[in-house]
Amino acid sequence: MFHAKRLQKELIKIHQGLPPGIHLVAANDFQEWQMDIQVLDENPLYYGKTYRLKFKFSNNYPIEAPEVMFIRATDRDIPMHPHIYSNGVICLDLLSSGNGWSPVQSVESVCMSIQSMLTGNTKNERPDGDDQFVLRTSTSLRNIRFVYDDNTV
Amino acid sequence: MSSDDEFMSDQLSDDQYEDDDYSLGELEEDDDRYLDDVKDEKPSKKAYEVDYKVHSDEQIRAAQQIQIEEVSSILGLPGEQCAILLRFFKWQKDRLIEKYMDTPDEVLEDAGLGPGYEAPAVLEKLKGFSCEICCDDERGLETYAMKCGHRYCADCYRQYIESKIKDEGEASRIECPSEGCSRIVGSKTIDLLVPSEINHRYRELLNRTYVDDKPNLRWCPAPNCEYVVDCAIRPTQLHSIVPTVQCSCSHQFCFGCGYADHLPCPCLLVKKWLKKCEDDSETANWISANTKECPKCVSTIEKNGGCNHMTCRKCKHEFCWVCMGPWQEHGTSWYNCNRFEEKSGSEARDQQAKSRASLERYLHYYNRYDNHDHSAKLDKDLYVKTEKKMTTLQSSSGLSWIEVQYLEAASKVLQQCRQTLKWTYAFAFYLERNNLTYIFEDNQKDLEMAVETLSSLFEMPTDQLANAKKEMMDRTAYVNSRRIILLEDTAKVLAEENWKFTVDLKQ
Ligand SMILES: [Zn+2]
Ligand SMILES: [Zn+2]
Ligand SMILES: [Zn+2]
Ligand SMILES: [Zn+2]
Repeated sequence: MFHAKRLQKELIKIHQGLPPGIHLVAANDFQEWQMDIQVLDENPLYYGKTYRLKFKFSNNYPIEAPEVMFIRATDRDIPMHPHIYSNGVICLDLLSSGNGWSPVQSVESVCMSIQSMLTGNTKNERPDGDDQFVLRTSTSLRNIRFVYDDNTV
Repeated sequence: MSSDDEFMSDQLSDDQYEDDDYSLGELEEDDDRYLDDVKDEKPSKKAYEVDYKVHSDEQIRAAQQIQIEEVSSILGLPGEQCAILLRFFKWQKDRLIEKYMDTPDEVLEDAGLGPGYEAPAVLEKLKGFSCEICCDDERGLETYAMKCGHRYCADCYRQYIESKIKDEGEASRIECPSEGCSRIVGSKTIDLLVPSEINHRYRELLNRTYVDDKPNLRWCPAPNCEYVVDCAIRPTQLHSIVPTVQCSCSHQFCFGCGYADHLPCPCLLVKKWLKKCEDDSETANWISANTKECPKCVSTIEKNGGCNHMTCRKCKHEFCWVCMGPWQEHGTSWYNCNRFEEKSGSEARDQQAKSRASLERYLHYYNRYDNHDHSAKLDKDLYVKTEKKMTTLQSSSGLSWIEVQYLEAASKVLQQCRQTLKWTYAFAFYLERNNLTYIFEDNQKDLEMAVETLSSLFEMPTDQLANAKKEMMDRTAYVNSRRIILLEDTAKVLAEENWKFTVDLKQ
């Protein structure tokens, strides 16, 4: 399978080493992986905390973007961010096939983008309409169409 | 300019593209130049009607071809290149010609037609190549790159393009797969890499972009309809007009927003209203502010008066609304929870009254809107029943098919008026009260009564229907006239921008 071959290669590279603050938690198959990320500077919003990301790959990865969201686990909460909903859904253009996704991206590069998205944030808040969004959102991210209008965060 | 063009003369002049003041008057003048002979036959236009034309798919293709040939003869470039240039300039022909006259090399380069464009697209095998997408590094791997030099294996390149065309419906703006490279994948690359059926789809999509790029064109939103409506109304005019058009497929829709006929309600109010109805946040907020659960049996209780002494209807538990504690503990301070300041208590009550009033107002309009929406659906059933009645009537009364057509006409008018009535309630919800409001409400009431009367005639037993023909036809004509009056009156005030709304239509 197309995506399996590519993920296999990514895995080999990951085992050779990942950038600081990024760790592989689980990669038992080529459908779903889990990664942990930490913010490296002393941003008080995220200092000393670790967050968990879940990656879901379709057979068409990396032509199609993976589904990426934060998940809760022991000692793992959903980071506060104006583009991260409290159910873990991330509003980031590079995660959307029709927008910023390029097949050259990888699990590692996505982790780094999300890491830097947290590093640069100073707002201790959720997106507008978080409550309703969380109530309405089904578990599939494919049907969500975000409008990327805020370049400040 | 494009004087040789017979049917799309108005929108072919691209200088009008960005002109927001482009008015209907100008369009009509343009029309006059080419359509003198039909002008006098035009029926007088109502205040809520707009000028428009319907074009077929072939006409749209032909219009593109005319412009491509025109540009080709002016710039002395092959037609294929002019097509790419025109698409790149979103069919703003005059801007393209002007820019090209100034800096031809720059224009060609930007549109991906720079030096080397003539060179054929080829696959290459490179030593030591590893594809960044699939990580394949086999020997003899076929690879491809556009002029930007971002090279991937041919398989990945093809899969990428196919996914853009098939899954995302993209054509004229497919970018290089490399992150951040905005080089557009052109038709030469497509021809080389993708199979013919996807190439065909690509050409179709390219044809569609013409309509998407032209502000005066819009595809009919009816499923599988291939017609295009051509109308001069621009987004900046939507606060003063509701441009309703009817496609050759008979579907009626708003040219401004593409939604089904929503006269007399302006597009922005339609959008707001639909959003409001979709998320019932208002209802939910009110419930959370004004109801609580009984601390004992957890059934929902609504507070309706100023007194804080609550008794649960279900379990008879008595408690204080403010602190939720058992009422007995309040001792002598009856009807006043001294754990809470009196002032904030009264503020809370005011707030509650306000949000309750606001919710009630919304529900008032919503229920009526919803009722007509629902009735319009019932009218569809009615239409089916009508057809049956028509057949029965024909055989029992000996009337001809033509003679029973009044039933179908009545049913159609009924459906259309329900649609209009529905939107009058969304309109009224956003309307601020003044003396104009009364005129609107009177018109609304008259139409509503006329509609209900006509609707009730359909309940008649079939044998009586034949005798009611005259009454039915009179009623139908009357209902229709009430609709026209309502739309006419409303559109006039809207055009004069004299309605006062609770929201800004010009945002
Ligand atoms: Zn490849
Ligand atoms: Zn490139
Ligand atoms: Zn149509
Ligand atoms: Zn509209």
